Amino acid sequence: MAQSVLEGSEVERGDRSDVAKVKERTAKAERLSKALPDKVHTWPYLVRLEMMVGTGLLAFMTIWSILVDAPLEEPANPTKTPNPSKAPWYFLGLQELLVYFDAWFAGVVLPAMIIVGLMVIPYVDINPKGNGYYCFKDRWFAVSFYLFGFVVLWISTVIIGTFFRGPGWYMFTPGEYWDVHKTVAITNMDWPTKFGITSFWPAFGFGAASVLGFLFGPPAVYWKLKSGTSTTLQKLGAVRYWIVAFFVMSTAGVVVKMILRLGFNVKNIMVGPMGFNI
Amino acid sequence: MEKKGWWDIVRSSYVWKSVFRHEYQDTYRNRVLQVSSNVFLHLHPTKIRRHALRLRFTWCMGGTTFLLFLILVVTGVILMFYYRPTGEYAYHDMKYLQFDVPFGMIMRNMHRWAAHAMVIAVWLHMFRVFMTGSYKPPREFNWVIGVNLLVFTLLLSFTGYLLPWDQLSIWAVTVGTNMGRATPLLGHEGPFAELVGVNARYDARALLTAGRLVGPATLLRFYVLHCIFIPLVAAVLMIVHFWRVRKDGGISGPL
Repeated sequence: MAQSVLEGSEVERGDRSDVAKVKERTAKAERLSKALPDKVHTWPYLVRLEMMVGTGLLAFMTIWSILVDAPLEEPANPTKTPNPSKAPWYFLGLQELLVYFDAWFAGVVLPAMIIVGLMVIPYVDINPKGNGYYCFKDRWFAVSFYLFGFVVLWISTVIIGTFFRGPGWYMFTPGEYWDVHKTVAITNMDWPTKFGITSFWPAFGFGAASVLGFLFGPPAVYWKLKSGTSTTLQKLGAVRYWIVAFFVMSTAGVVVKMILRLGFNVKNIMVGPMGFNI
Repeated sequence: MEKKGWWDIVRSSYVWKSVFRHEYQDTYRNRVLQVSSNVFLHLHPTKIRRHALRLRFTWCMGGTTFLLFLILVVTGVILMFYYRPTGEYAYHDMKYLQFDVPFGMIMRNMHRWAAHAMVIAVWLHMFRVFMTGSYKPPREFNWVIGVNLLVFTLLLSFTGYLLPWDQLSIWAVTVGTNMGRATPLLGHEGPFAELVGVNARYDARALLTAGRLVGPATLLRFYVLHCIFIPLVAAVLMIVHFWRVRKDGGISGPL
């Protein structure tokens, strides 16, 4: 690949002496890497490296602990609820989702799905490429999905929850005065109500159909269209396909629900009996 | 005969030789023995693949996580000498640690910052393992163990969050454990709770908090979980995790 890059861009610019130099160096590096043995002794090569990283880490932790004190607020007081009450920072992504979902979903079902979803990854990703090296091209879907889930959803919601949420869990820019009386007038409406379906059971049926239709509709259509021709899907098989589809569509569903709530004031898609709301 | 220096005398002594079974000269044999005859280092194979040394590949995040865990064990044990997990004493012991115990403040700081750093290091380790596709065969199951370790790292941090017994801890844990009462079927405010018949005193949340509210009983429960139960489970999982790294062919690399 290095060569094609060279021949493509560098030669056109007419930088011939540099091209020759780079080619020579590449050839030399290849010769050297072939001459080197593939394995090295753990002592001293790895132990030395661990020693250096460990010493650096200990020094860093010591300096950090000297310079910055751990917080200690007033004694615990069950009668004095702070506003806002925030979970530890690493759970603020989940607390942020309480804006969009009921607690049973944001706080229990969704975390469980994240954990199970992470655990099934090796069993549904049957792509043999990209094992043991960084690579985007050979496994673009897996990498993109992971980046979306980890960076876009998890990290960004943790940052929003940590730095941008104030009293009443309203949005405040960092440094802005926290007005405890802030209110934002919004009239949220359930999804079936938007379509004029207000009696309980028909609304529940409509909501459930919307949720299930979203989760399973698009993957079913895709499977119908592609499974005949796509060797990737054939190798994957129906069971693994549906597991992947369920988690991908659930992730997409979280984003869709956020958009519906923020953009269209939708409260719940589905309102079920005994608090079974999504 | 060559004259022996004191260092040579020490190293040729009966006692020294009973501790170290190999010579120190830089020979292939001794390099192997340095690792294989040392209980701590024999976690490693005696030889590793060259690319496993590259920090650009590993980020050294697994090892960093483990070292942070060790820092937390050491500082945690020291803090335990001065801390009583009861409603009357917990907060006072924090003040005592901060203002009266020699090096108490720095021990507390290091315990807290290392805990935060460990959460970040676990995330980065998982990120690196994913991006290098290292969960692929034959390392599928070790990834599953790793996800469990992530969960236990978060639980360790969360249970420790309550122990200072200040406003920050009690309300953060209240927010966190409140999720328990929304558990479907098992939490008294969760969907279908009526069918099971759980109430505020006997449901998933009360199991976590040892009562209706986050109170002194919760403090003791979290203390035992934090200092005994979860570290033991995490340690066992770590043993399996490290052992599997070797049994599955060392750290991943291009085939």
